[in-house]
Amino acid sequence: MASSAAVSVRAPGAVFGRAGGALARGIAVCYLSLIVLVPLAALIWSSRSQGVQSFWDEVTKPEALAALKLTLGAALLVAAFNAVTGTAIAWVLVRDSFRGKGFFNAVIDLPFALPTIVAGLVLLELYGPNSPFGVDLAFQRAGLVLALLFVTLPFVVRAVQPVLLELDQEMEEAAESLGAGRIAVFRRIVFPNLLPAILSGVALAFARAVGEFGSVVLISGNIPFKTEVSSVYIAGQVESDNPAGAAAVSVVLLLISLGVLLLIGAFRHWRTQHDR
Amino acid sequence: MIGRYALRFGALGYLAFLLLIPVGLIFYRTFEHGFQPAWDAVTNSQALHALWLTLIIAAIAVPANTLFGVVLAIALVRHRFPGRGLVNAVVDLPLALSPVVVGFSLYLLYGTGGWLGGLSEHGIKILFAVPGMTLATIFVSLPFVVREVVPVLREIGTDQEQAAETLGAAPFTTFRRITLPAIRWAVCYGVVLTTARVIGEFGAVSIVSGRIEGKTETLPLYVQSQFEGFNTTGAFAASVVLALIALTTVLAMRIFRPKEGVA
Amino acid sequence: MRRISLTFLPLLVLAAGVVVGARASTAGTTLNLVAYSTPKDAYAKIIPAFQGTAAGKNVSFNQSYGASGDQARAVGAGLSADIVALSLEPDVSTLVKKGIVPSNWKQNKYRGIVTDSVVVFVVRDGNPKNIHTWADLTKKGVQVITPNPFTSGGARWNVMAAYGAERAQGKTDKQAIAYLKSLFKNVSVLPKSAREATQVFASGKGDVLLTYENEAIYANKKGVHTEYVLPKQTILIENPVALTKSGLKHPEAKGFLKFLWSSKAQKLFGDTGYRPVLKSVANSPKYHYKQPKTLFTINSKALGLRGWKSVQYRFFDHSSGIMVKVIGQ
Repeated sequence: MASSAAVSVRAPGAVFGRAGGALARGIAVCYLSLIVLVPLAALIWSSRSQGVQSFWDEVTKPEALAALKLTLGAALLVAAFNAVTGTAIAWVLVRDSFRGKGFFNAVIDLPFALPTIVAGLVLLELYGPNSPFGVDLAFQRAGLVLALLFVTLPFVVRAVQPVLLELDQEMEEAAESLGAGRIAVFRRIVFPNLLPAILSGVALAFARAVGEFGSVVLISGNIPFKTEVSSVYIAGQVESDNPAGAAAVSVVLLLISLGVLLLIGAFRHWRTQHDR
Repeated sequence: MIGRYALRFGALGYLAFLLLIPVGLIFYRTFEHGFQPAWDAVTNSQALHALWLTLIIAAIAVPANTLFGVVLAIALVRHRFPGRGLVNAVVDLPLALSPVVVGFSLYLLYGTGGWLGGLSEHGIKILFAVPGMTLATIFVSLPFVVREVVPVLREIGTDQEQAAETLGAAPFTTFRRITLPAIRWAVCYGVVLTTARVIGEFGAVSIVSGRIEGKTETLPLYVQSQFEGFNTTGAFAASVVLALIALTTVLAMRIFRPKEGVA
Repeated sequence: MRRISLTFLPLLVLAAGVVVGARASTAGTTLNLVAYSTPKDAYAKIIPAFQGTAAGKNVSFNQSYGASGDQARAVGAGLSADIVALSLEPDVSTLVKKGIVPSNWKQNKYRGIVTDSVVVFVVRDGNPKNIHTWADLTKKGVQVITPNPFTSGGARWNVMAAYGAERAQGKTDKQAIAYLKSLFKNVSVLPKSAREATQVFASGKGDVLLTYENEAIYANKKGVHTEYVLPKQTILIENPVALTKSGLKHPEAKGFLKFLWSSKAQKLFGDTGYRPVLKSVANSPKYHYKQPKTLFTINSKALGLRGWKSVQYRFFDHSSGIMVKVIGQ
């Protein structure tokens, strides 16, 4: 991929074309600002408007803290679980072969395409009080975790699959022919190559789980201190006309999102370094 | 040997329980009482309006994010400008941000007392009206086209484009004849992802919608209001429509990326 | 041929949708009704009845239903409203404070109150846990469902009914508040609106639901297998309705408000489970509901209830209200 400094010949229309390009870029950046930056600026401004003390008070309210603890704990649990199941599913889809593999590969994307409220509705029907299986996970943390597992399913799988596909199997075959057990081969050869991808997927799953709302709002019961997550807490604060409380916790979630994005960038950087 | 089968059935069993059975349940519960009640539930005027509104918002949000997505991608990859790092981070932000935070920030901005709250006094209704819901939807679905196009642009490099420029092509012609054909499949895939995200949006729009029946109810919001009103058939029937759209999306994703994930 | 018609089919569907959607913009006035969660079915009957009268000809309505506090907050943030029909007076007062509803809104014969109801206990068919009194609600193992008082109007009526019932049985203020604490220990879910609470109870969760009598009747109509118990002591629920300043600009809105107190509308309210405020309708045998032994109101000073203004602040203030501690335990 050569990046040569080309000798640019200025054709007559090129000057306007260049200006047009700059204008297009300018408009695009304005679009980005209007859609994303200005609303978020309004949010941050609102959270600061009553002073730092009021911000801190809202964030440290017992109900807000409980929601935050639950959110982070559930998201970590789900992300860790996905690290294992997502890798396993990716392995089965890439390395195994069986009838209907294409179908299973396609449906992995369903949690992304399906509206979260629909997901919440069916999970409630299936695992709530009317469950045909006789379980009742509604209004409990188990129901919350179930909903989060549903929506975070694709992330680790889709992050790991391309890496697995690209992986040169020669080293594994060589190791196996030298007598290494399959688990050792996985642990020593495959896994280190997958780790950056797994971590990227985990980070995305974590971020998604922290912010999830639609699927959680039906099955978890939103009980303060028991099953209320931060996104539901924020919605509740908005509805009970306490925008200061909503703004404060929203800013906390925003910072968490930014942190996760930084982490994902770091994993990506690690991966490209790893490839060399 | 046993390990392979155990892994396969474990993974597929997990998928079946978490994914396939719930989605299958949507269809079962909808047609449980027959086809006619389900059909009636989605063809009443409130449901049809919800579907129409969902499609209208998609018809605005998807082209907007596609157009600006391509322009932003080119700007990020091909040009150095101040604030490029910030733009990069901001574009990815909607992927990691809670939809409730998105909806709430729009509520703060356009509500009475907000920076742009004065607009409603001049008759321009943003909040609790379709424009606000469209803005929320555009926000959450912003990254997809950009993220699909950026790696392709990086990969193809600037050789062809520079050659064209050297030969005297205007920048727009270069874009039209060389860049665009190279990125078109990435754009298509990004459009599919964006459409899926737009149609499925719930959390952000539920905060800015105002729940005005027949006016600011998208199909996902309609599902919720039907469920709350004890019309489970109506809720599930609308869910079937959304599930069918989701399945179409998933199919389209496989059409544009057939090789993804399988050898 | 088939391929061509297949490609046109989605366009036809879209066009049909557009036509249906555009239908909404008809000639005549459009009024915006913003209401709390439970009167949806009542207004579904009352609005067509109004449109059948001379005053309601060519008047169309935009309707929005949700938790009372939440809806008031939305109107305050810019949700268009000509008529607000909320669960309790404080939610209208916040709109007066924000300059959206004129301060003389309740200066009519009925003090702005359009329907009455009472707080009841909804239990499973046959009342398996034998719940009849307020004391039964605090028994071990009884799961109580009530909405969240900070979003739902119905929840605030529930709390004040509980408090007032204790005072009516001779308890002191301190003891009544202690009762609230033990009651909420048994509360397992806190949905955000009265309608949502009914939904949760109907889906099988909980042993007893505290709600409006009209909501209990609605649940039965919808085929939910429940019955309701009228406790010996309960509060009179009074639901206000008011025109906003923008509503005042439309004579049709004034006409609609007047219609709500007509015998026709009050009968329709009665049909959907409300207790009518119009004496002639309330006293007729069809709409004459059972009276509880001790019926008090939010203004029963002897029971420590000094009106919504003081109660709203004392119990339901976001930071210092009694309910913050009660729920937070």
